[in-house]
Amino acid sequence: MHASRPVSLATRGLRKDFERPAVDGLDLTIYGGEFYCLLGPNGAGKTTTLRMVVGLLRPDGGTITIDGIDALARPEDAKQITAWLSDEPMIYEKLTPYEYLEFVAGLWRIGAAAAQARARDLIGWLGLEDQAHTRCEGFSKGMRQKVALAGALVHDPKLIILDEPLTGLDAGSARLVKNVLRERVAQGGTVIMTTHILEVAERMADRIGVIANGRLIAEGTLEELRVKTGTGVASLEDTFLALVADAAA
Amino acid sequence: MTTPATLTWLAGHEFRLGWRDLTSLMTAGGRRRRRNAILAIVVFVVAMHAFANWVVKNYATIDIGADPLILLTISSTLLLSWALLLSQAMESVTRIFYTRSDLDLILTSPVSARKVFAVRMARIAGGAAMMALLLASPFINVLVWHGGPRWLAAYGVVAAMAATATAVALALTVGLFRLIGARRTRLIAQIVAAVIGAGFVIGLQILAIFSGGTLSRMAALHSPWLLERVPEAGSFMWLPAYAILGDRMALIAVALGGLIILAGAILLFSGRFGEHALAAAGVSAAAVRQRRGSLRFRPRSPASALRRKEWLLLWRDPWLISQTLMQILYLLPPAVLLYVTFRHGTDAFVVLIPVVVMAAGQLAGGLAWLSISGEDAPDLIAAAPVTPARVLTAKIEAVLGGVALVFGPLAAVMAFESVYAAVVMALGIVAASAAATFIQICFRAQARRSQFRRRHTSSRIATFAEAFSSVAWAATAAVAAGPSVFALIPMAVALSILLGIWVVRPRAA
Repeated sequence: MHASRPVSLATRGLRKDFERPAVDGLDLTIYGGEFYCLLGPNGAGKTTTLRMVVGLLRPDGGTITIDGIDALARPEDAKQITAWLSDEPMIYEKLTPYEYLEFVAGLWRIGAAAAQARARDLIGWLGLEDQAHTRCEGFSKGMRQKVALAGALVHDPKLIILDEPLTGLDAGSARLVKNVLRERVAQGGTVIMTTHILEVAERMADRIGVIANGRLIAEGTLEELRVKTGTGVASLEDTFLALVADAAA
Repeated sequence: MTTPATLTWLAGHEFRLGWRDLTSLMTAGGRRRRRNAILAIVVFVVAMHAFANWVVKNYATIDIGADPLILLTISSTLLLSWALLLSQAMESVTRIFYTRSDLDLILTSPVSARKVFAVRMARIAGGAAMMALLLASPFINVLVWHGGPRWLAAYGVVAAMAATATAVALALTVGLFRLIGARRTRLIAQIVAAVIGAGFVIGLQILAIFSGGTLSRMAALHSPWLLERVPEAGSFMWLPAYAILGDRMALIAVALGGLIILAGAILLFSGRFGEHALAAAGVSAAAVRQRRGSLRFRPRSPASALRRKEWLLLWRDPWLISQTLMQILYLLPPAVLLYVTFRHGTDAFVVLIPVVVMAAGQLAGGLAWLSISGEDAPDLIAAAPVTPARVLTAKIEAVLGGVALVFGPLAAVMAFESVYAAVVMALGIVAASAAATFIQICFRAQARRSQFRRRHTSSRIATFAEAFSSVAWAATAAVAAGPSVFALIPMAVALSILLGIWVVRPRAA
């Protein structure tokens, strides 16, 4: 199925130790145009993995390749086509969304005209028109997350990596974010997302990876995971709990 | 155990919060840092007592007399200290208004908000008194040691001063709220606090310059013009001075007066405090719209985008602006001195240059912390396709650009009088700013910009090094302006400080 598609992200033997191994020889292969959800219990190593992929943490071992670029040897080239969005949106309180997007466009060396057009589109899609020139300091969590998402998309990344992006969002904002991500995948982009909301993974993911103790314990479509656990038509929640229980046993 | 929700229970809660705030400010929570903090306090107390012994030992036997010069000197010193206390109290009151922290909990609890805020105001007074006593007690102790227990009355006077300073701070801040509203009060109150703190010293210095041509405050007090106009010996204006000298009735009057004024302010303002605090909390939630003039994106390199971002954030930081204004305000006395001296045809560079250089170093230290450590979106910067070296370079450029913007015009004006002095001043500004930035780079620790007030807790070494480095560069510039080759000596000291910082810097930085 994936043979004809380019690999968007590949990790081989990825390892990171804190006081104990947080990520323990992780091999991941995610293809272009794929919506991939990374699931796992708290402390499984999901966030550590993603932070290493986007260059926020230096791995203790292993390799990371993004769209054929060695992300450890050529981090700037890899970052140029990658976007990162965490659960706690980090934006500047004293900047307006428009100024924030202009700043991000500058960091990613996007031409002014292209960035401006893209910023206008994003601000429109995310319903931020009325707040585009208002400082972010009074924004709600959902509004901040939208601004951060717009910042992540303004440079038109090939690979978008999101860590719990729906945490704390209201239903309307969550739907908006999901629609924007679906749109990106439809246009050929790759989305990798961690979430604790299993219904989201069930509905949106092309493939799901389950991590426990820093290792990939299962991977595939929801159907493949069900087959693997022998849970039949069970929900992803049942399947996930069965996989994690097996790994712990 | 006290009954919950009573005044004493609330006071106990406030005391616990205040104590933890103080210890965390001094130790940043580390056990080793706590030991170091205790050691530093012991050293400080001993050094202050030695210093106090040198300064006030000879005054311990002064009688409660009617010498107007003594009364004037003591009263002026008290007024000066009171101005600083008022400044500190205003800063505390403003902070309590604008810090949301437990406001939701307080205002949704069944406890009377008036009661809670009354206790909180008393805490501000307590904090101000503690800070004042910390600095005054070595002097009082030395006076008691050499002059007898009558000097213990000074403790009562200091407490009364803290009480009145808090009361006036409350009145001023609440007055500002009513006059200009919650949005503008924060910035204006910070500026007023800074100006009050600095203004009295500066005013006296300017007076001294005009009357004696020196920066000595005491010269102004000795002027016959002033001595002829002071009130009679029996005037109530001298009550605090008499109280300090051990007059019991004066002490009772001052202490009672202080308590009554504070109690009156608490009664008057505690009811409105919740209302104003809510309005202040609403400010952070209220929209601040920028002009729509920036609709067009401009082509920018990562470095240019970073510099612009830093400058925008600095420009929109009200606290920083008030601090910068204060730095400039401190330059006023030497500027006046320069004017007075030039009028008589004598060089005054030696006085002006080190003040400017030191102020530049201090400003650069603050800006460098905000730009380099106080990054609110570290993940965004780290995930951007820009090398860490380029990010750091752009931030350093933003800091030095900010310093140049403030101090460049001063050097330019100086060039009209003497090109050599202007060059020395400019080099001094660059050196002091670069040194302060270097120290911040060596000790950088990721933090939010809102933690600026607590930046000193991250490293005492960096704090002291920053101050000593500024002093050393100021001395270098002053001697070089002479001109004299002996400027190499303070320069060597300044470079040694930087070398020491490089050696002891945390390796993770």
